[in-house]
Amino acid sequence: MIDLTVELPGLKLKNPIMPASGCFSFGQEYNQFYSLNKLGAIMIKAATQEPRLGNPTPRVAETHAGMLNAIGLQNPGVTTIIEEQLPFLQSFDLPIIANIAGSSIEEYVYVAKTLSDSAAVAALELNISCPNVKEGGVQFGTDPHIAAEVTRRVKEVSKVPVYVKLSPNVTDIVEIALAVEAAGADGLSMINTLTGMKIDLDTRKPLLANQVGGLSGPAIKPIAIRMIYQVYQAVKIPIIGMGGIVTATDVIEYLLAGASAVAIGTANFQNPLVCSDIIDQLPSCLTEYGFTSIKDVIGGGHDDN
Amino acid sequence: MNQIDASVCHLENIAHATFKLVVKVDHEYLSFIRPGQFVHIQIGQGYEHMLRRPISIADFDLETGQLTVIFKVIGEGTRKLSELTEGSVINLLLPLGQGYPIQQLSLKKALLIGGGIGVPPLYLLAKQLVDRGVSVTTVIGFQTKDDVFYHEEFSQLGKCYVTTNDGSYQHKGFVTDIINLEQLTADYYFSCGPTAMLKAVQSTMVNCPGYLSLEERMGCGIGACYACVISNAEQTAYKKICQDGPVFAASEVSL
Repeated sequence: MIDLTVELPGLKLKNPIMPASGCFSFGQEYNQFYSLNKLGAIMIKAATQEPRLGNPTPRVAETHAGMLNAIGLQNPGVTTIIEEQLPFLQSFDLPIIANIAGSSIEEYVYVAKTLSDSAAVAALELNISCPNVKEGGVQFGTDPHIAAEVTRRVKEVSKVPVYVKLSPNVTDIVEIALAVEAAGADGLSMINTLTGMKIDLDTRKPLLANQVGGLSGPAIKPIAIRMIYQVYQAVKIPIIGMGGIVTATDVIEYLLAGASAVAIGTANFQNPLVCSDIIDQLPSCLTEYGFTSIKDVIGGGHDDN
Repeated sequence: MNQIDASVCHLENIAHATFKLVVKVDHEYLSFIRPGQFVHIQIGQGYEHMLRRPISIADFDLETGQLTVIFKVIGEGTRKLSELTEGSVINLLLPLGQGYPIQQLSLKKALLIGGGIGVPPLYLLAKQLVDRGVSVTTVIGFQTKDDVFYHEEFSQLGKCYVTTNDGSYQHKGFVTDIINLEQLTADYYFSCGPTAMLKAVQSTMVNCPGYLSLEERMGCGIGACYACVISNAEQTAYKKICQDGPVFAASEVSL
């Protein structure tokens, strides 16, 4: 039996598979298809200080081997999430990673403190990379100084480890990764979506109401693999990898590039059982490629490993 | 809700770019279907199409295990659906969403108002209403004569008016023109169609309680991704179309 367990700051994962933030809400819907106990962890939908309505529709559009989304961080606010959503998730044997967003450093700090004080979450995912909101989000993730500042301030108040979610919409992702590592990040999650656009030939205008959206799905996987490979060589903190994973072989590719665990997003929409299916297939897939444990795979794509 | 494979029994071009798809499904999945609910159909086998297509259920038959949907080819995904062959297998999530709550309503007279590809779910609704002894009048609107379908099927269940925008089939104009002209009334109305039509129906039928079924681009189809939303009546919050709808009381949403 292949050992699928992975230990990361604040997280004892029974396997390296978790749903990505924003694609899985707070778990209730997918629990109708399989027990959430099966997952390594769950990354819940982003929380902000106050409720957010999000963007007008259309909010999604399909693209070749992927999709664009511009949801705009719709959520009921951190207090309601803690009161109404987390009790359900706490009934499972499942580390909860809470994604936190904001329009100001003060908001990030408030949300981080509120969630980590609630004692319901195992770790925070600091979302400095959402491309779909006018204020906050990605501008915190594209300037290394601001990224480091928000990381440092959140680390000051958080009782749980903080994983910083990096934006791929930058010239040098390694520079940002090094900056947040130096500011105290316990880990990284990468990558968020790439900004994109689709134009409707009938209306001759951008299809999404927000015009711009975040591209996800298999189309972006090579970009994520390249970025994780580069960042792994530069930092010492662990990486949770994401971007277009649809199969167990994709997971192995991510681990070889340097991820210690992975998150699955868009694929849940095509196959609601995809996380469960990949967890089932991972042991035989690892065996097929000559691995005896997950730990053997992580970073295996680099010359010095 | 379930994720199942279904085999294609029949695919027929019933109007301009409009297809009727009949698939075979195990009985256990059919018995819980309510009119107004939808199936979420996977497109192709690989990873080219990551999003499913939400299509309303037009009919089902418990005895034969057949489920019918009617869709219009509007893009690459629906074009691929229109090229399915008999015996091929498609993957469905079903039944999704909240249907028309007819079991909770007391009514003798219903007015069904459909536009374009919003017409299909009203067929299953009309059949079930007639089975419950309700008198059903239907008004269905299309762009032009080539787009018209199911006139005869609805006529077998009650009085059916058809409108076309260009007057090439029956009445010229919009569904609301016929409602005004004939002064159609009911205990409840049930509508499905494009948002512009639903808005017109909502204001024309303002004195009658009714239900609207909405369309929107969807992601997951089960309420997890927040892609398809509609404002509540007070415009203070969004409701999820795939999970809280697609059918809403006309008074609870702001179109």
